[in-house]
Amino acid sequence: MGKFILKRFLWSILILFCVMLIVYTLMHCLPTNYIDTMARQLATRPGNTKSATEWIAELNAQYGMDKGIIPGFFTWLKSAVRGEFGNSWRWTLPVTQKFRDVIWYSFALGVATFIFQVAIAIPLGVLAAKRQYGIADYSVTVIAMVCNSLPTFFVASVLKMVFSVKLGWFDIGGIISTRTHDAMSPFMQVMDMAQHLVLPTITIVIVSIGSLMRYTRTNMLEVLNADYIRTARAKGLPESKVINKHAFRNTLIPLVTILGGSLPGLFSGALITEQLYSIPGIGYTAYQSMIVGDIPFTMFYLSFISILTLLGNLISDILYGVVDPRVRLS
Amino acid sequence: MSKKHDSDYISAKKSRQISRFNRKLTKKLEKERNDASKDPALYTTTMKDPGNVVEFDNVCTYFFTDIGTVKAVDGVTFNVPKRATVGVVGESGCGKSVTSLSLMQLLQRPTGQTVGGEIRFNIGDGKALNIVKAPTAKMQEIRGNRVSMIFQEPMTSLNPVFRIGQQVNEVLELHHPEMSEEEVKARTLEMLELVGIANKEGVYNMYPHELSGGMRQRVMIAMALACEPDILIADEPTTALDVTIQAQILELMQDLQKKLGMAIIIVTHDLGVIASMCDEIIVMYGGRVCERGTADDIFYRPAHEYTKGLLRSIPSTQNMNERLIPIGGTPINMLDLPKGCAFCPRCDSAMKICLREQPVEMEISDTHHASCWMNVKNAKEGK
Repeated sequence: MGKFILKRFLWSILILFCVMLIVYTLMHCLPTNYIDTMARQLATRPGNTKSATEWIAELNAQYGMDKGIIPGFFTWLKSAVRGEFGNSWRWTLPVTQKFRDVIWYSFALGVATFIFQVAIAIPLGVLAAKRQYGIADYSVTVIAMVCNSLPTFFVASVLKMVFSVKLGWFDIGGIISTRTHDAMSPFMQVMDMAQHLVLPTITIVIVSIGSLMRYTRTNMLEVLNADYIRTARAKGLPESKVINKHAFRNTLIPLVTILGGSLPGLFSGALITEQLYSIPGIGYTAYQSMIVGDIPFTMFYLSFISILTLLGNLISDILYGVVDPRVRLS
Repeated sequence: MSKKHDSDYISAKKSRQISRFNRKLTKKLEKERNDASKDPALYTTTMKDPGNVVEFDNVCTYFFTDIGTVKAVDGVTFNVPKRATVGVVGESGCGKSVTSLSLMQLLQRPTGQTVGGEIRFNIGDGKALNIVKAPTAKMQEIRGNRVSMIFQEPMTSLNPVFRIGQQVNEVLELHHPEMSEEEVKARTLEMLELVGIANKEGVYNMYPHELSGGMRQRVMIAMALACEPDILIADEPTTALDVTIQAQILELMQDLQKKLGMAIIIVTHDLGVIASMCDEIIVMYGGRVCERGTADDIFYRPAHEYTKGLLRSIPSTQNMNERLIPIGGTPINMLDLPKGCAFCPRCDSAMKICLREQPVEMEISDTHHASCWMNVKNAKEGK
């Protein structure tokens, strides 16, 4: 087990290195260039003496962008491994500080959606499998298909239209009620934020339960046709016990694996949804940084996401060995 | 393009009709079964012979599939006396497994339904449980407790995520809630020892994948016999095992039968297994019993053309140098059974009447019955 994890860890480092190199190269090739924009702005300022070209050269030197891609990457890497990710151009703050400011909003959103997703999708998937080709099964399948096909922006727009504009239950965006937030007690402040996360949570849950529901259903059906389920019935076990003990425990094997693997994803933020609801989480911040070509923050965000993905894969491999006695990691 | 005219082809309209018909019928049957739980009189009868454990009486089990009704078992009648071993033989798809699953009510419902006849299970005092009509709750009481079953595939018949001990304990805990945890464990270990597992403490804590096929089948037997059932159904118990293990498992079953005194129904396509073990043999073809009798009757005085064909097609020490004579043709399509004798299309001695009418069962001796028009003809001609 220890050897397996060590091996996987070393592989992960190699993968991470390659990913970061690719990302860095891509960032340099972006059509939006922060330095160009800045240079043009500075050149058009009143009392300015330098031309835009001169400004570009100066800013490039200042931001360390004149070294070319490969040396530039290694300079970035050298400071990154020491935990220094530099200052964000867009937010004019150290990258890590901005990260600390925004990550918890994303985490709260991630946890809430994860809980609802699991609590809704798994029981419905099991139900659909139990009543295969029945009304319950068809309803669940249709819901899953519809949810899976709806784009996030569409769901968000409809929800906003209904609950914010027509009914007025929620604010249309943001994480706090701007006017009254400061006057609230700390507890009410938290509740205020929770209230602002309701619509984003619903949005993500709607677009993401479909696949988990289908996945649960398929796995459950496969297990229900297995020979050991017939054995369990032949023992005289009541149907509820057959399903909830013998079948469900086997269905859990693949489920735990994917759910475990998605745990690090709780930190990764929901780029589109946060953007749509102006939740100042990591996804929103990263998006804002990307559109202006903020290389330090984007590099940090993408390396963070890569680490989470690799961690997710490692966790699902380990969990697979934990839940399935047939699998021994070596 | 010319329209296809083979029997596998059905139009969408026809298919919808069939589905609707099936839904209506299976709903009705399920409802009847659920209603039966209110009144025990509906599913209790009396045994014809109290010396029997199970009496199959004209049992019909059909599968209502989307391409038509499959009459997997169509009027099967035989008895299983106490402490006896009854063998059910026949080729793939002749309904032998479905017959045994009907006794457990383990058919894939609602598609599979026992639609007619009676399966009387002796519950003592001359009273019998009609399994065909018994509600699920009643069945759960006797499954694993008074009727047990072992299956063809020991490799996949044990739940891979539970330990062997847990799985054997479970059946005891279910049917004997009065037993304490220690008693259950002691009984499980006793059963494991009884089925010839040497390292019983070790196996108790193992997962199924750590055992070989033969060991797993032993565990299955231990599980099936833990509650000392009246009858054990063995559905091709040795098919998936290699030959040396086969012999061991069969020997074990006979041994345990002597010790525990249960009846055994052994379902197989292996005539060798049947010959060595069974008191009575049921030969099935196309969902019906074509011949039944003692091992001697079947092997030395076969009275049905199908049985004769079967015996011609197995190698033995006497006909080592001769060519084996297989039965020609292919098993019949169960969706579309002929009007007359099911074996008729493959039978060398088929007569006109075989095409028209189903053969009646004729008594050849006290123990020996066969359903073949040849017997009627021979009897008429005074042979």
